[in-house]
Amino acid sequence: MSLQLEHSPTTGDDVITNYTINFGPQHPAAHGVLRMVLELDGEVIERVDPHVGLLHRGTEKLIEHKTYLQALPYFDRLDYCSPLGMEHSYVLAVEKLLNVEVPERAKYLRVLFAELTRICNHMLNLGSHVMDVGAMTPNLWMFEVREDCLNFFERASGARMHSAWFRPGGVHQDVPEKLLVDIGTWLDTRLPELFEDAMSLVVDNRIFKQRNVDIATVSKDDAIKWGFSGPMIRGSGIPWDIRKAQPYDVYDRMEFDVPVGTRGDCYDRFMVRVEEVRQSARIMKQCLRDMPSGPIASDDRKVSPPKRAEMKQSMEALIHHFKLYTEGFHVPAGEVYVATESPKGEFGVYLVSDGSNKPYRCKIRPTAFSHLQAMDFMCKGHMLPDVTAIIGAIDVVFGECDR
Amino acid sequence: MSVVHSAPRFASNDGVIEAVSATLGDRLAAAHEAHGEVVLTVRRDAIADALQLLRDEHEYQQLMEIAGVDYPNRTERFEVVYMLLSLTRNHRVLVKVNAAENTPVPTVTHLWPVAGWLEREVFDLYGVIFEGNADLRRILTDYGFEGHPFRKDFPLTGYVELRYSEEDKRVVYEPVKLAQDLRQFDFQSPWEGADYALPGDEKAGAAQ
Repeated sequence: MSLQLEHSPTTGDDVITNYTINFGPQHPAAHGVLRMVLELDGEVIERVDPHVGLLHRGTEKLIEHKTYLQALPYFDRLDYCSPLGMEHSYVLAVEKLLNVEVPERAKYLRVLFAELTRICNHMLNLGSHVMDVGAMTPNLWMFEVREDCLNFFERASGARMHSAWFRPGGVHQDVPEKLLVDIGTWLDTRLPELFEDAMSLVVDNRIFKQRNVDIATVSKDDAIKWGFSGPMIRGSGIPWDIRKAQPYDVYDRMEFDVPVGTRGDCYDRFMVRVEEVRQSARIMKQCLRDMPSGPIASDDRKVSPPKRAEMKQSMEALIHHFKLYTEGFHVPAGEVYVATESPKGEFGVYLVSDGSNKPYRCKIRPTAFSHLQAMDFMCKGHMLPDVTAIIGAIDVVFGECDR
Repeated sequence: MSVVHSAPRFASNDGVIEAVSATLGDRLAAAHEAHGEVVLTVRRDAIADALQLLRDEHEYQQLMEIAGVDYPNRTERFEVVYMLLSLTRNHRVLVKVNAAENTPVPTVTHLWPVAGWLEREVFDLYGVIFEGNADLRRILTDYGFEGHPFRKDFPLTGYVELRYSEEDKRVVYEPVKLAQDLRQFDFQSPWEGADYALPGDEKAGAAQ
């Protein structure tokens, strides 16, 4: 039976014009302070104009006024979901300018905790992504894993979120043996239980697939042109992972697989992250297996402070400590661009030094900035509710995007 | 100097400068390698050409970032730095151009759409103008912001602060009032790096 409308709302004299709505800046699905001006034709998106910068704090300018060591905690506050991933790029950039050697144990510790950060970050992203498209339970289960991760960070550095634990030349403090044992048992028991349980609810779920498959398909060419990186470029089928291609610290000794997507849609990006969690757990187990004992900071006294015990005995050590924490160390003049595979993609630091104790310029390459710029072409032709799925699959955090 | 740091190791820089300068010809103003980075300085009017050649002939497919740097003492005070990445050759180069406030840099949005926002950011924070960028609005600073905050002569505290005014029922802007002076400590040792004369030191030169 066909239905004939006597008066069609979209034909005739009445012309329905496109209308514009404001999405955010305060919207639970915007993952922060993102304002998007959406031009809609009915419920179909014609144009997206993301307005970013509402969380701009001028981090790069502040860093220019701090010594190299004082600048480090700013990196925790960029992408507050994966703080150690940000610190990693920065300490490697400083080390590259200084050309300082990092002891083996520190490299293993940094990789171990960078991967723990990746799990921690993906728990938040995967959980909020499924919640954006309508599921509640997996998010709560994955927050339990995240809570475990934060407890581990606390036991290593004393801070749950803003660890400030990496240092140019190593890490700040060694970890207790019991912590490594506990991480090992956690990797074998709690993480797979909770994570796989949560994923079993989602990955084959019909509603979840309807909301994600074939949404915002990005071809390989587009992914390259729009400067994608991390799970976004891998979701489009390009096997590019900086940990594999340009290994840093001890990633060259780790065995892990790089998952790629086949269609380049939101579902692929989601599944790439799911597999990355499993691969991160694999890397962490190898770290725990191979980690040697030994020093955790460089023995270059121009960079590393003296031991606390030494300071109790020696006046010179005390002066040395004082100078390192007030004046800081001097970094040779030059410029480097160091990018690492943060959980969200390529996180780069372009560091210009003029030979003094403060960076002359510290440009931070955020991951979400390029990804958000592609919102317009990814959203075009999709429905309004798909916007939340697309933002969820980008994995955007505004602390980092706006700096 | 041997490399002992553990920063990301990409493909070797050997021969890159020679190969690139053969392609770029007189577009290239200078090229050097330092700290493991290949840095190419390109003439400003040829930047779009040069980047296109690097993309098409040298397989630098991705533009990862554009950074601005301010050197107030130079005649052309700004540097715009393009970070290129080759996914196939696993290599990175930095490409630089110099610019002043009144000398526009040609846009590269036609080569990489990602350049749109990256150029907007450099424009917003430094005031470098990109010729041909159709959407050169401010991006990171506030709506209606004045000035370019990342210039070295822009004060760290800025010029205005904002608060919610209960009388006006809206956010109002006021000149910055600091309850305590901005404290800038200088701990630089006079033996390493301090560029000012300590009291009494000026006599050292006069005696000779």
